[in-house]
Amino acid sequence: MAKKGDWVQIHNVVLPPEERSSALPEDTKANPLEMWVKGYLTEDAEIGEVAEVVTRTGRHAKGEVVKVNPYFEHNFGFFVPEVLEIGNTVRKITFGGED
Amino acid sequence: MDNSYDAIMARKNEIIKNAVGMDFDKFEKPGIGFDYEAMMEATGYTIDEIRRVQSMFSIGNTPLIELKNLTELARKCAPEGKGARIFIKDEASNPSGSFKARRACTSVYQAKKLGYKGVVTATSGNYGAAVACCAAMAGLKCIVVQECYDSHGVGQPEIIEKARKCEALGAEVVQLTVGPELFSTVLQLLEETGYFNASLYTPFGIAGVETLGYEIAEQFRAKVGKDPDVVVCTNAGGGNLTGTARGLRKAGCSAKVIAASVNLSGLHMASDSQFNKKSFTTGHTGFGVPYSVNPDHSDVPRSAARPLRYMDRYVTVTQGSVFYITECLASLEGLEKGPAGNTSLAAAFRLAQDLDRDQCIVVQETEYTGAGKHINPQLSFARQNGIDIHFGDPKDEIPGKNIILPAHPSLIQVTDLDLDHMRRSRIKRAVGTHKDELTDEDIRFLVEETNTDEDYVRSVVASL
Ligand SMILES: Cc1ncc(COP(=O)(O)O)c(C=O)c1O
Repeated sequence: MAKKGDWVQIHNVVLPPEERSSALPEDTKANPLEMWVKGYLTEDAEIGEVAEVVTRTGRHAKGEVVKVNPYFEHNFGFFVPEVLEIGNTVRKITFGGED
Repeated sequence: MDNSYDAIMARKNEIIKNAVGMDFDKFEKPGIGFDYEAMMEATGYTIDEIRRVQSMFSIGNTPLIELKNLTELARKCAPEGKGARIFIKDEASNPSGSFKARRACTSVYQAKKLGYKGVVTATSGNYGAAVACCAAMAGLKCIVVQECYDSHGVGQPEIIEKARKCEALGAEVVQLTVGPELFSTVLQLLEETGYFNASLYTPFGIAGVETLGYEIAEQFRAKVGKDPDVVVCTNAGGGNLTGTARGLRKAGCSAKVIAASVNLSGLHMASDSQFNKKSFTTGHTGFGVPYSVNPDHSDVPRSAARPLRYMDRYVTVTQGSVFYITECLASLEGLEKGPAGNTSLAAAFRLAQDLDRDQCIVVQETEYTGAGKHINPQLSFARQNGIDIHFGDPKDEIPGKNIILPAHPSLIQVTDLDLDHMRRSRIKRAVGTHKDELTDEDIRFLVEETNTDEDYVRSVVASL
């Protein structure tokens, strides 16, 4: 249950597959055009329910509530050993006297 | 109001006119052309005025740095006596972290001046952050519309980082799945809010980039005492190159302008399943080639970004080479920057090896780096998506299948795109279905569009 005033992310289908542009590749056309927006809930709502939010610019938007208190999880990824190797190689060539 | 896709698209011209405060129709000529210079002048700002506005936003006057160690590395890879000095313009030190601040600033300033309450922009890239940043300074509201996720809801890490940054700067971010119909969402938002369309492609945006070229000429002359021989620009939608080249010309600078894009050939830009198979979201051929050949398919009727008018040469580099040079920049120069902006650096590293040691090459930008938008997360994400990453010869790279990190820096190469072919395509596009005999004015327009001469244009037209 999300409360009125909670910061949530909502989801919408903008275009179902049959209404999408004809110029698209098949794999894209097979899927709907979907949209996500964040805002403050104007009324209590369950996750999965359609509700209204007020966005950062003060717009009113409606959609299915998908997340409460959404946050970012992107990071610097897993260890990539090649990155260290590049650094080692070019330092050696530049400063270490390799021909 | 009817908000179906077709109904919104049918209202397109009206919506854009209201949202840019500029009537593009008045620049149209009777035949196939339009008056590009009149459109650029219609901003009403001289380059000095734009510099003054940008300095009010603390934008511009970024450092021009000589990359001595990277030059040394290029010389070790070059034939005896070759290896031009490489310089880089540190555009990441602009507010919002890229040259896009210059481009956003003029639009936001114009929006404020005309009394708009906010700005809308369609971009998954640095430009969104730039508009959000300038809007914050100007006290305007801001909506950024991004193509961000594939149909499984997996986002490009670089684009997610841009969403975070836009939100951090106070913007509302509207995120969509893959598809060019994003444009109709933008139109609907413009109509709903009455905000200004801070499009990447208006004359305001491109005039904002002219200061970058102008500064390069001034700073370079002060530092080295002559003009650079070559300026390399990372090219996607073409505004970066167009604005920079126009600024160089305004400063009377003689440098050759070379476009550089990451080679993503074989990947379809509107493909859902290929969306997360590419490791670059800008600076690549998927935008660079179509926007050069057909600049007028953006979100304004006539784009102010017309790179074919200004490029002397257009080269591509591989994804692996750009990642490699990004790591070189960190390891050898102590400059940790975002990969996409280093596309031109990878090209410059190779181009320098054909030039003499007393010649100079300027890479005209860097961009900020951070979580998601950095060589490590981007390679890590590629590996998770089944892309094979290994050391080898970059010429074996197949976009969407593998990323080949050069086994030795001397393996970094550039591949020339066929400018003649692109110019022919541009002419063919511009003529399109036009039935009447072309007038002298039409021909002159095509000469300007392709940076060629009358004989060239007439012979291409005759062959259509
Ligand atoms: C850092 C950086 N460099 C270069 C470009 C390419 O600019 P343009 O689209 O104007 O060619 C972009 C734009 O996406 C960018 O963000």
